[in-house]
Amino acid sequence: MNTPSIIISGSPHIHSDRTSKKIMYDVVLALIPAFLVSLYIFGIGALIVTSVAVFSCLLFEYLIQKYLLKTEVTISDGSALITGILLAFNLPSGFPIWMIIVGSLVAIGIAKFSFGGLGFNIFNPALVGRVFLLISFPVQMTTWPTSIDNQTTIFDAVTGATPLGIIKEGLMFGETMTEISTKIPSTLDMLLGITGGSLGEMSSLALIFGGLFLILRKVVTWHIPVVMILTIVVITGIFWRIDPQQYANPLIHILSGGAILGAFFMATDLVTSPMTKKGMVIFAVGIGLITVVIRLFGAYPEGVSFAIIIMNAFVPLINKYFKPRRFGAKIKSKII
Amino acid sequence: MLKTFPKGGVHPHENKLTSAKAIKKMPVPKVVYVPISQHIGIPSIIVVERKNKVAIGQVIAKSGGYVSSNIHSPVAGTVTKLDKIIDSSGYKKQCIVIRTDAKNSSNFDEIKFPLKEEILLTPSEILQQITKCGIVGLGGATFPSHVKLILKEDNKIDFLIINGVECEPYLTADHRLMLEKADEIIVGIKILMFALHIKKVVIGIENNKKDAIALFKKLLKNEDRIKIAALKVKYPQGSEKQLVKAILKREVPKNGLPLDVGVIVHNVGTVFAIYEAIQYNKPLIERVVTVTGKKLKNPSNYWVKIGTPIKDLIEEVGGVPEETRKIVNGGPMMGKAIKNTDMPVTKGTSGILVISKEEASRKEVENCIRCGECIFVCPMGLEPFLLMNLCERGMYKRASIEDIMTCIECGSCSYVCPSNRPLLDYIRFGKNIARKLETVKN
Repeated sequence: MNTPSIIISGSPHIHSDRTSKKIMYDVVLALIPAFLVSLYIFGIGALIVTSVAVFSCLLFEYLIQKYLLKTEVTISDGSALITGILLAFNLPSGFPIWMIIVGSLVAIGIAKFSFGGLGFNIFNPALVGRVFLLISFPVQMTTWPTSIDNQTTIFDAVTGATPLGIIKEGLMFGETMTEISTKIPSTLDMLLGITGGSLGEMSSLALIFGGLFLILRKVVTWHIPVVMILTIVVITGIFWRIDPQQYANPLIHILSGGAILGAFFMATDLVTSPMTKKGMVIFAVGIGLITVVIRLFGAYPEGVSFAIIIMNAFVPLINKYFKPRRFGAKIKSKII
Repeated sequence: MLKTFPKGGVHPHENKLTSAKAIKKMPVPKVVYVPISQHIGIPSIIVVERKNKVAIGQVIAKSGGYVSSNIHSPVAGTVTKLDKIIDSSGYKKQCIVIRTDAKNSSNFDEIKFPLKEEILLTPSEILQQITKCGIVGLGGATFPSHVKLILKEDNKIDFLIINGVECEPYLTADHRLMLEKADEIIVGIKILMFALHIKKVVIGIENNKKDAIALFKKLLKNEDRIKIAALKVKYPQGSEKQLVKAILKREVPKNGLPLDVGVIVHNVGTVFAIYEAIQYNKPLIERVVTVTGKKLKNPSNYWVKIGTPIKDLIEEVGGVPEETRKIVNGGPMMGKAIKNTDMPVTKGTSGILVISKEEASRKEVENCIRCGECIFVCPMGLEPFLLMNLCERGMYKRASIEDIMTCIECGSCSYVCPSNRPLLDYIRFGKNIARKLETVKN
């Protein structure tokens, strides 16, 4: 025995340099382009909403871990940071600060820690926070400062509706799509973010850019975003072909509302999405389907949040029934 | 497009520090420790006694059954003790201690072994000779080779695959052997073709050994029965099931063997040992071992006598570096960390890896974030995160239903887990218990 200090452990003896922390901070990086766009459009309002959401999410996580659960504090792992940013991205700029704090408490306290903390939550915490706020404070949650004008008058009451809201309202009053289309921003404006809506869902282009970064960094795979968007395109496309005066075209459905933000950043949340590629496809189709049903036939103009939360509930079931194919399964063995 | 297996796998840093280093002869040690269970299956039965004089290559422990193997004295000398020694499994195992008689031990080394191409034995004699010479799979699994060669009537074998993949990082023993003994390996392949009546052979080599691929292609230019498959570098391609899938697109059934899809797989090292056994009646008493590690002074490849203490090898490359934290028998992905360096090199030792402190320390275990990475990399289509959860909770029957027994313990899941979860540790543990439950049931 010439080396008293050696240790033994099971193989493997090396590890890849992938860490949960790196994954989390990649997501944060991917959200930066969209944040910059919202900063440009909404000015300081976007900054305030985002910082309050992030700060309160981190604070609640710290307080719960330190004083309630008395466990190790893990606020630096980046997960609460993401929850804060995503929650802010789902709120209108100029949203009352105390409501943001309430939303953060619901997101971190109820959606995350009452289920056991990171990795154990069934529902996407940021979306639970958002839906809680939407149901509790529907007026404030749908008071959208109009984009460009608002740059100078931050907390002004100048408000407009989202394209999806305008369409839903217009159709309710019996207007045709041709009439409505004059009131909503052009497709290009929607792509760039010159439109109304929540903080982070403005520029589809910036979101897609961030989403591609996540796919390239192998944080998420293409399955959920691509399938979810395709599902929305196909179903809204069918309705649009049937009656273009009663149904908006698929491009509007994709570029407005939370479809892109949801597809790349919310539905792909590692913890609350299925773990196999087959499962991801089923999950994404479900989200697309429910989104369209809510948008076209529901009371709310927008349905991505609800759709994702509903499908989150199915994830354990999907994981159970859509398993990876076992190597050599169903091939008859001569020996056994 | 290079061939590879379709599902799972990882690509760790290759770190093949010794691929350009020719295999050197390790000096004959003063004392050898020869364990009697160096192979999978029944331990061999000791046939020598204390104070017996043994000749080099003499049988000192005979095969204990069908799945077992003869063990020969790697040196000439005197049996000093029948002792127990801790081997890389961590348990004390019976072993034969032989003090080397320096004068007579180089017998085999002095004989030159010129290439001998003509095969003089009949297929059944070849089989007998392989059994007699104690040849086992040298790729790591140490499965007695003769068992793979005895075919039942309904086995229709049409392909022989030669495994020159060496997908483990750091190890270069097979690589060097292919470069230095290519002609002999080819004769070995022909012996196997003759014994098994197989007409089609593929040698699978990963593309990080381009020189070996080129060499075999050159030597086999006029031989259309033997093909070379250059494979994309991906771990664990050296696993039989993955290799058969990569090369022939045939999928070995769950709980089955390559035999079930008409394939026999042998490692290049084994093929060379078979060559020597058949052509020169030389038993398996030495093998190539890569002694490697980033902090070692002079990592190298050696011809090592079975039974040589691992500490002798490490001394030979310049001693244990100061900041060493782990010493591994085998490669970094599947090798076994050893408790001390007194234990010997056995038939299954393909490398000795010395790992420094920073590489050896495991990072803190965090919560599973359900990223599914372990599922994506599992070459067997299992769900490692689920198996670990089940084993943590003692649900071994459920784990059995989730196919825990088909895990090949390649370690890709633990390697890749961003939360540093000890997936394979739990799976290995669960497999042991599930296996016991299965035996109790039967």
